Amino acid sequence: MGRKLLLEKAQVENIRSYEVYRKQGGYRSVEKALKTLSPDQVTEEVKKSGLRGRGGAGFPTGMKWSFLAKPTGVPRYLVVNADESEPGTFKDRYLMEFIPHLLIEGMITSSYALGSNRSYIYIRGEYAWITHILEQAIEEARQHGWLGKNILGSGFDCDIYVQRGAGAYICGEETALLESLEGKRGNPRIKPPFPAVKGLWGCPTVVNNVETIAALVPIINEGGEEYAKIGVGKSTGTKLISACGNINKPGVYEIDMTISVEEFIFSDEYCGGIPQGKKLKACIPGGSSVPILPANLLLKTAKGETRMMNYESLADGGFASGSMMGSGGFIVMDDSQCVVRHTYTLARFYRHESCGQCSPCREGTGWMEKILWNLETGKGRSSDIDLLWDIQRKIEGNTICPLGDAAAWPVAAAIRHFRDEFEWHVTHPEEAQKRNYGLAHYADPLLAPVA
Amino acid sequence: MKLSFTSEQLQEVQRLISRYPEGREKSALIPILHLAQDTFGGWLSTEVMDYVASLLQLKPIEVYEVASFYSMFNLSPVGKNLLEVCQTGPCMLNGSDSIVEYIYERLGIGPGETTKDGQFTLKTVECLGACGYAPMLQLGEHYKEHLTKEKIDALIESCYAKSAALN
Repeated sequence: MGRKLLLEKAQVENIRSYEVYRKQGGYRSVEKALKTLSPDQVTEEVKKSGLRGRGGAGFPTGMKWSFLAKPTGVPRYLVVNADESEPGTFKDRYLMEFIPHLLIEGMITSSYALGSNRSYIYIRGEYAWITHILEQAIEEARQHGWLGKNILGSGFDCDIYVQRGAGAYICGEETALLESLEGKRGNPRIKPPFPAVKGLWGCPTVVNNVETIAALVPIINEGGEEYAKIGVGKSTGTKLISACGNINKPGVYEIDMTISVEEFIFSDEYCGGIPQGKKLKACIPGGSSVPILPANLLLKTAKGETRMMNYESLADGGFASGSMMGSGGFIVMDDSQCVVRHTYTLARFYRHESCGQCSPCREGTGWMEKILWNLETGKGRSSDIDLLWDIQRKIEGNTICPLGDAAAWPVAAAIRHFRDEFEWHVTHPEEAQKRNYGLAHYADPLLAPVA
Repeated sequence: MKLSFTSEQLQEVQRLISRYPEGREKSALIPILHLAQDTFGGWLSTEVMDYVASLLQLKPIEVYEVASFYSMFNLSPVGKNLLEVCQTGPCMLNGSDSIVEYIYERLGIGPGETTKDGQFTLKTVECLGACGYAPMLQLGEHYKEHLTKEKIDALIESCYAKSAALN
């Protein structure tokens, strides 16, 4: 069983309350940081830990922090991105709902390191009840002297506020999030300038995911070097994986990134296998935006190596034969599922969530949705598959923010690996209304490396 | 009748505004729109949006453009109970289509429609971050997860019972 750093105490009775959390060793990292470390030393520990952003992009957190501009007399802000909206992802919700003080603790230390006296949690609007949980935790922390003026006599002041969004996936993109926090439409900004220079209200700002900031707690408690010893290579520490789809035990799991994908899906400690004796067909391992992989490429890389649950191994083979760790939203599909229908629902999702600023995304996402609907309902033509490929290629890289890429990748990967299933929908339109394509050859051993 | 928040709600508005630095009151717009929608019948009429604009000293258009951007803000009337069924990938894999169909069977409403008695509106929504507990729907501030036909029956009954108790 792997080590747990974040969720170890999540099941302790009443861990949501301050008293229990504190008794379990909570807020030690704040004491250690504010009493024994300078802000720069905290940042150094984060760099040493090798922590990578847990929201999806996997960018090194310490490096992101070091980009923060520090002009004198200008406030700086830490904004926690709790706009968890990537289909398949529900890990931050679990963390905030069950062990909210972990986030608050991580935020105080992070705010100290970054020099933010006023930090915000931007939470998706639908998580209304979690907003109350967080506000209660913040109030408890304030009453016990962990927030407010001159915390622990360090001279450092900090307050934390929760801001609810109102239903917009795009607000998970950091500049759209900042626009929304400023009370505007969530339209992503053109970069540069990056938020580290001009962020919230034009001031230097760091935006980090919930899980990233929570990881500050073990990093400070154990030290960056100790944290970096967990995991493998550049995948240090632990990662929360939210597993869903056709598995026996959907839920949130903390893994130390040394286990294989096969173990994660089939062992009883994690997903517990596929229900009703069905077979594994495909999986999207890191949230809906990352490439879908058929069973054979999921369990083994194109080189024939065992695929592991970490950043490097999941990305092995690039987009030709690999995928990404992404947000850790792990979506499993069994052999009764239809890849075309699933891809259609994702295309509809991205069309719905496109902010409409950039024409390739605004027009392209709707176009892809319509074509996929035609294919799924037996009205597709064989030229549609190439047309889809062409559209996604013209969206990718041609938009202000990564939503365009996020919309293009699932379609591209579905065609790349499941083209025969799309073609079958065109050649057998009536049959495709009655049954699904099945497992086909997607779990067969690979004969040759995929080009 | 001119609409207005109660004095308690106006205090809440001030509390929301105080979370931001001076001169950044506009940041409170989305939280105040939530409060307004919850207070004035579950949707934002032009009159309500104009009122919010006046509270924050914004031009009405600044409120309209925000309200129309976010999917949680309803710009037309909805039933007393808004059933928001998630239909994105992971929920679809676990049968969200049959949940939408069953609600149609029970209440005779499709997505975007309201029952004649004004009790229920059905809305299909995109991923609500409950993928491991699919299929699911949102009702007010709460998620109803691992849905089955029996659970939907019970949910509908409890909504009717609640509104009967209020009458």
